[in-house]
Amino acid sequence: MIIGLEHYLFISAILFSLGLFGVLTRRNAVSILMGIELILNAANLNFVAFSRFVTIGISGQLFAVFVIILAAAEAAVALAIILALYQNIKSVSVDEADAMKG
Amino acid sequence: MDCIQSYVWIVPLMPLIGAVINLLLGRRLGNRVVGPLACLTVFISFCASTLLFLSLTKLPAESRSFTNLVYTWVLVGDFRAEVSFLVDPLSAVMILIVSGVGFLIHVYSIGYMHGDKNYSRYFGYLNLFVFAMLTLVLGDNLLLMFIGWEGVGLCSYLLIGFWFEDKKNAIAGMKAFIVNRVGDFGFMLGFLLLFWSLGKAGVWTIRFTELSANAHLLSAGMVTAITLLLFMGATGKSAQLPLYVWLPDAMAGPTPVSALIHAATMVTAGIYMIARMNFLYVLAPSAMTVVAVIGAATAFYAATIGLVQNDIKRVLAYSTISQLGYMFLGVGVGAYSAGIFHLMTHAFFKALLFMGAGSVMHGLSGELDLRNMGGLKEKMPRTYWTFLIATLAICGVPGLSGFFSKDEILWKAFSSDHGHWGLWLVGVLGAGLTAFYMFRVVFLAFFGESRTDKKAHESPGVMTIPLMILAALALVGGYVGVPEVLGGHNRFHHFLTPVFDRHTEVATHAHHSVGLELGLMVISVVVALAGIFIAYQMYIRHPEHPKALAERFPRLYNLLLNKYYVDEIYHAVFVRSLLGLNNLLARFDLGIIDGAVNGSAWLTKITAKWSGWWDNTFVDGAVNTTASAVISGGSVLRKTQTGRIQNYLLIAIIVIVVIMVVKII
Repeated sequence: MIIGLEHYLFISAILFSLGLFGVLTRRNAVSILMGIELILNAANLNFVAFSRFVTIGISGQLFAVFVIILAAAEAAVALAIILALYQNIKSVSVDEADAMKG
Repeated sequence: MDCIQSYVWIVPLMPLIGAVINLLLGRRLGNRVVGPLACLTVFISFCASTLLFLSLTKLPAESRSFTNLVYTWVLVGDFRAEVSFLVDPLSAVMILIVSGVGFLIHVYSIGYMHGDKNYSRYFGYLNLFVFAMLTLVLGDNLLLMFIGWEGVGLCSYLLIGFWFEDKKNAIAGMKAFIVNRVGDFGFMLGFLLLFWSLGKAGVWTIRFTELSANAHLLSAGMVTAITLLLFMGATGKSAQLPLYVWLPDAMAGPTPVSALIHAATMVTAGIYMIARMNFLYVLAPSAMTVVAVIGAATAFYAATIGLVQNDIKRVLAYSTISQLGYMFLGVGVGAYSAGIFHLMTHAFFKALLFMGAGSVMHGLSGELDLRNMGGLKEKMPRTYWTFLIATLAICGVPGLSGFFSKDEILWKAFSSDHGHWGLWLVGVLGAGLTAFYMFRVVFLAFFGESRTDKKAHESPGVMTIPLMILAALALVGGYVGVPEVLGGHNRFHHFLTPVFDRHTEVATHAHHSVGLELGLMVISVVVALAGIFIAYQMYIRHPEHPKALAERFPRLYNLLLNKYYVDEIYHAVFVRSLLGLNNLLARFDLGIIDGAVNGSAWLTKITAKWSGWWDNTFVDGAVNTTASAVISGGSVLRKTQTGRIQNYLLIAIIVIVVIMVVKII
C-alpha cells in the first residue's frame, strides 16, 4: 500500500478533531491547552504533507517550524495566564472563570 | 418801567420756598424756626404785592397792566403756554388780600397750633395753600390758573383732613375734595371748550388778554355753554348751590385753616375766575342770569340754615356760603367790581370771625357748641370786641366795611341792566337773616350767664394782635369804595374798572335817581337792624323764646337744623346710587369678567390635562417602549454572553461549519 497525501490528511483530520474535542469538552485549562497543541500539530502535519506532495520547496516545512516555535511560545504564555488565573480564583477550571458573563 | 414789575414771580415763589423747606426740613428745624419762617415768606409776598400795587397805581389808568414772563413752558407751533404772571388791578387787589390776610392767619396759627405734633407739616401746607392761590390769581393764562385752581383744592383736602387720625376729619377732607372734583370737571370742560372753539375760529391761545380780544369770534351758544361750565367749576370751588355741601364740613380742619379757606383763599377763587372771565360772561346774558339767580338763592338759602345751627363754626360756614352768594349775585348782574369789593371786605371780617371763633375755642379748650358758651364778654375782652366789629361789618351796619360792599351789590342787583327787583328783595331778606343769626352767635357766646364749667381765658397776643389788625381793616376797609351817592368817589370801583368791560359797568346811574338809591339803602339798613333787634329780643330779653318757637314749629326747625336734609338727599341720590352702580359693576366684575377669566383658566386646565395625558401616554409611552424593548432585548441577548470561552468557541466552530457547508452546497 502506497502511503499518499490522503492518509496524512486523514490522520491530520483525526488529530484536529481530537484536539478540537478536547478544547471544547475539557474543563481543565491545562487540558484545553493540550487540545490546542493537538490542533497545532494537526496543522503542522498538513503543512508538511502538502509540502511533500503538492508544492516543490521548503515553504511548508518552514511554516511547520514556525508553528512549533509559536506553540512553544503559546504554551509559555498560556501557562502563565493559567497560573495567574489560579492565583485569582484558586482553580483552573474554565467554568469558574466566568467574570465576563453578560 | 418800575423794576419790581419784572420780579412778580417773587410773590408766589416765596410761599413755595417756605412750603418746601417746612415740609422737607421742618422736623429738623424745630418749631421755633418753622412758624416764623412760614410767616416771613408770606410777609415777603405781601411786601412784594404792596410794591406791585403801588407801581400799578403810578401808571396811567388806561395802561394799568403788565405781564412778567418767567419761562415758556410749552411751545408747539404758534401755541405757547407760559409760566407768566399778569398784574392788573384785579390781580393786584387779589394778591394783596391773599397775602395780607394769609399773613395774619399765619401769625395767628403760631399761637393756635402751639404744641401740635405736626406743626411743621401744618405750616408747610399753609404755605402751599397760599402759593397755589397766588398762582391762581396771578397766572396770565388758563393753564396756570388751572394749576392754582387744583392746587387750592389739593391743599384744602390736606388741611381739612389735617387731623386725619380722627376718621370724621379724614372723611370731611375727602368730601371737600370729591365735591370740588365735580365742579372742577365742569371748569375743565369749560376751559377746554373755550380753547377748542377759539382754536376752530383760528386763534389757538390760552392767554387771558388774547382770549379777551378774540372772544367775539365765538358763537353765542358756545359762549353760553362755556360760561355755564366755568360757573359749574365756580359753584364747586366757591361753595354755591348745589355744590356747597363740602364747606360746612371743611371746619373739621384747624380753625385758622377755616379762616384761610373761607376768607383769603379757595372760596374766592370762583368769584375771581368769573371776574377774570368777564369778557365771556358779558357775551352770555343768560349765563349771567343763572349766576345771579344761583347767587341770590344761595345767599338766602344758606342764611336760613345759619339761623338754627348750634355749632359756632357751622354758623360761620353757612354765613360764608351766604356771603359768597352775594358776591355771585354781584358778578352775575355785571357788577364785577362790587363783587370783588365784597370779596375783599368779606375776607377781612370773615377771617376775623373765624379767628375769633378759634380764639373762643382756644379759651374754652375746644368747645364749639354755642349752648355751652355764654358770658365770655368779660373773660375774653379782646376777642369779644374784635368779634363784635366783624359781626357789625357782616350785618351791614352803616359805616363799617360790609355795609359799603353789600349795599353796592344790592343796588346793582336792583338797578343794573341784568338786575331785577326780585334779586334785590332776596338779597335784602338774606341780609336781615344774616344780621339775626350773627347776633344770635354774639349774644349766645359773649352775653348772659356762663353755661360751662370750663375756665375761659384770653388768648395770647400772637393770636389777638392779628384779630385787632383785621378788626381795624373790617372797620375802615370799606372806605376805599364809598359810593358817589354818599359823597364818596368809589375809588375801588374806578381802580378796577379798566379790567372789566365798561359797557356793563356804567350806564346804571342813568335810569335811576339818587333818591331811589338812598331809599333802597335805608331799607336794607332797616332790615339789618330789625334782624339785630329780633336777635336781641329773643336771646337777651326773652331767652325762653327760641325754645318755644322751635317747639311751635318743630318741622321747620328740624328742617333747618338738619340743613334741609341736603346731605342725606345727596347721600341717598348720589352716594347710594353710586354705591349701587358700584355693586352692580362689582357683580358684573365677579360674574362676567372673573367668570371669563376663570372659564378660560378652566379651559386651559382641561386642555393641559388632555395634552398632559397625551404626553404621558403616547410620547412618553413611545420613548419608554423603545427603552423597555431595548432592555428586554438586552436581557435576552445577554444570555449569549456566558463568559465561558468554550461556548464561544463552539459557536464559532458551528458557524464555520455552517459557512463551509453552505459554500460547498
